[in-house]
Amino acid sequence: MDFFTLIQILDATVRLAIPLLLACLAGLFSERAGIFDIGLEGKMLAAAFFSAAIASMTGSVWIGLLAGIAASLFLSGVHGLASITFRGNQLISGVAINFLAAGMTVLIAQSWFSQGGRTPSLSGAERFNPINFPGALTTTNEVKAASPLMQVYSELLSGHSLLVYVALLTVPMTWWLLYRTRFGLRLRAVGENPAAVDTAGVSVVGLRYAAVAICGILCGIAGAYLSTALQAGFVKDMSAGRGFIALAALIFAKWRPWHALYATFLFGLFQALELRPDVIEAVIGMKVQGQFLGTLPYIMTVVILAGFVGKAIPPRAGGEPYVKER
Amino acid sequence: MTNNTTAPAIELKGISKAFGPVQANKDISIRVMPGTIHGIIGENGAGKSTLMSILYGFYKADKGEIFIGGQKTEIPDSQAAIAAGIGMVFQHFKLVENFTVLENIILGAEDGRLLKPSLAKARKSLLELAAEYELNVDPDALIEEIGVGMQQRVEILKALYRQADILILDEPTGVLTPSEADQLFRILGRLREEGKTIILITHKLREIMEATDTVSVMRRGEMTATVKTADTSPEELAELMVGRKVLLQVDKTPPTLGDVVLDVQNLRVVDEQGVERLKSISLNVRAGEILGIAGVAGNGQSELLEVLGGYADGTGSVTLNGEAIDLTGKYSDGKTRRARGIAHVPEDRQREGLIMDYSAWENTAFGYHDDPAYQSGIFINNTAIRQDTEEKMARFDVRPPNPRLSAKNFSGGNQQKIVLAREIERNPDLLLIGQPTRGVDIGAIEFIHQQIVALRDQGKAILLVSVELEEILSLSDRVAVMFDGHIMGERAVGETDEKELGLMMAGVET
Repeated sequence: MDFFTLIQILDATVRLAIPLLLACLAGLFSERAGIFDIGLEGKMLAAAFFSAAIASMTGSVWIGLLAGIAASLFLSGVHGLASITFRGNQLISGVAINFLAAGMTVLIAQSWFSQGGRTPSLSGAERFNPINFPGALTTTNEVKAASPLMQVYSELLSGHSLLVYVALLTVPMTWWLLYRTRFGLRLRAVGENPAAVDTAGVSVVGLRYAAVAICGILCGIAGAYLSTALQAGFVKDMSAGRGFIALAALIFAKWRPWHALYATFLFGLFQALELRPDVIEAVIGMKVQGQFLGTLPYIMTVVILAGFVGKAIPPRAGGEPYVKER
Repeated sequence: MTNNTTAPAIELKGISKAFGPVQANKDISIRVMPGTIHGIIGENGAGKSTLMSILYGFYKADKGEIFIGGQKTEIPDSQAAIAAGIGMVFQHFKLVENFTVLENIILGAEDGRLLKPSLAKARKSLLELAAEYELNVDPDALIEEIGVGMQQRVEILKALYRQADILILDEPTGVLTPSEADQLFRILGRLREEGKTIILITHKLREIMEATDTVSVMRRGEMTATVKTADTSPEELAELMVGRKVLLQVDKTPPTLGDVVLDVQNLRVVDEQGVERLKSISLNVRAGEILGIAGVAGNGQSELLEVLGGYADGTGSVTLNGEAIDLTGKYSDGKTRRARGIAHVPEDRQREGLIMDYSAWENTAFGYHDDPAYQSGIFINNTAIRQDTEEKMARFDVRPPNPRLSAKNFSGGNQQKIVLAREIERNPDLLLIGQPTRGVDIGAIEFIHQQIVALRDQGKAILLVSVELEEILSLSDRVAVMFDGHIMGERAVGETDEKELGLMMAGVET
């Protein structure tokens, strides 16, 4: 394997890790506030569809992005209503959202576009196009011939869509919000012991809705990224389990923002390698089934949960609706 | 009284609060003078905590007014209570376990959106408060790594940091060791010197006598008396707490005593916090006898039932009909106890006696679900259980007599009859029964008492725990009084009276 192949794989890793990262941070906000969310998948899928559909209709990816976020926020609101206001079971609500999104996106797509549950292909201003840094080489042949440093600059750092850079910035922002602000302190507290927040005179319900809303926005961006940046249009079930891998990454990261970045990039690497069986064969000298790489995130999560690599302690009040008692 | 000129720190007028049909607080009025420690004493369920929750904005009173420092104040939520200068230290601390002391203190009382300046300011005032009130804590320690006594100080500091002038402590010594409790009372004394007003809620007479200036007694949702602590005695308070309820007299013949069925020697129970709940208890119950365990709630009666019923571990020796019973390990469970002939009607029937969402017939099978009569091959024979339940319900006059109804749909008395029917109909050698008529209507009380006496007359041994002294006196043949985890003494029912038992319940040697 040459250096350029490595850079190519890392480049694919970045592209594939971004939706995982956004969804993982979305889950982090929600779960840190005590609301388990297995509906990340459904929210991403709904956002992917609506951003592609609206981008295709209006010709503007920005309006598409807003539509995607709105769709995801709507589903977040449903989840919030079920699990915060009506104190329902958070897992059931999440499952319902996943099914709802899987069915509705295809149904609406067929009704609007009659293309077998897809949206039309997006191009030009309907997509988030790659941003090329000044001086970066753009064609594969040019990059291949350039110096290693230039290869890193042109292939790995440059040439991603805006959303990639936004997602990467979200990590330090999340860390700062969580550990350096009043909102973050209260958010973490409400996931650990809502009664402490309540008796301190702060609204548990308000905080949890805020967390669920942030979760919705981030899932919306993740979905929009899938259909308008990573791919050019929506296809059925295009989230392809990313919401669940993001949840696995969240456990792997033990609900910490920087670790979420590492975990999602590791899982992104597995996905990138899954696409390049030739490279794996060349490096380790034997064929590895792509499906095995696909299951690695889950296997690693089970290992973490079993306590082999330190203990993953979820937020203590996670999954439990807050009922006021004396 | 010199305090007549100053406005009371807190004045409640005519506070009433009902939860469904249960009247938790009935027309309660109280005046708490500034710079005093005011005790509120009463048994579990007397309505003390409800009253304080109203004051702290957790519940809204159905009726009544609150005055803080002479000003009429509405307290719709905790925020309003904090703004009015009220701080509350709950029985179960409201702390975030994996936060530091400092983070817990500023939570909800931060200055500005960023944490750094808030933390710096809190650290400074924490050190000042610590010096002023002798409340030393390490600001950077994690809550989960400090002891309960220290956690309680954090709760007090939390209130003081929010500039509370009135501090409410709900059963503050429940989780503390005696030396930690002494330390707490020193701190409270110090707070009083600094002009703070303290409300101390407890069911422990000793604490009231030692720490308070004034004491109010609550019983069954009513404020029965408010007196100066110096003018009263533990005996008087015990009587005010327990009350003299006119109870239906139970007709019963003198007991026909048989052999010793239950023999308990040196039974000890230490809880998770390391507090000794039962301190070397020894007692026995003979066949055909009802032994009543009297005492103010929280003096170890619950632990006694739990360990005998098989759902708490203990040390010591317990024998049933001369054969030893395991107090720890695999065979120390409710099922084994039931198989040996120990039936148990738990104190809290809704939590321990029944599953409220399950039907009456399912509840009737619990603990006896391995009964061959309930089986049909490898399956459970639901029809047989339902039929059996229907018969039991008829014999115990459970209304409505429908085995398919969920336990929660029966009234308190009928729920208790379902539990009783399940346990008594198994013909046990020993019946453990806790608070048999708590929350039960008058008609059902009579029926339940008759059933207990009938079981005794069949030559069974009965251990009865009740906080109702009248109930103990009317049912038991012999009474043992528990206080602070040990038995103060035993009396035959004919040879004692309420006064003597009341003294023993207050921990006074007679």
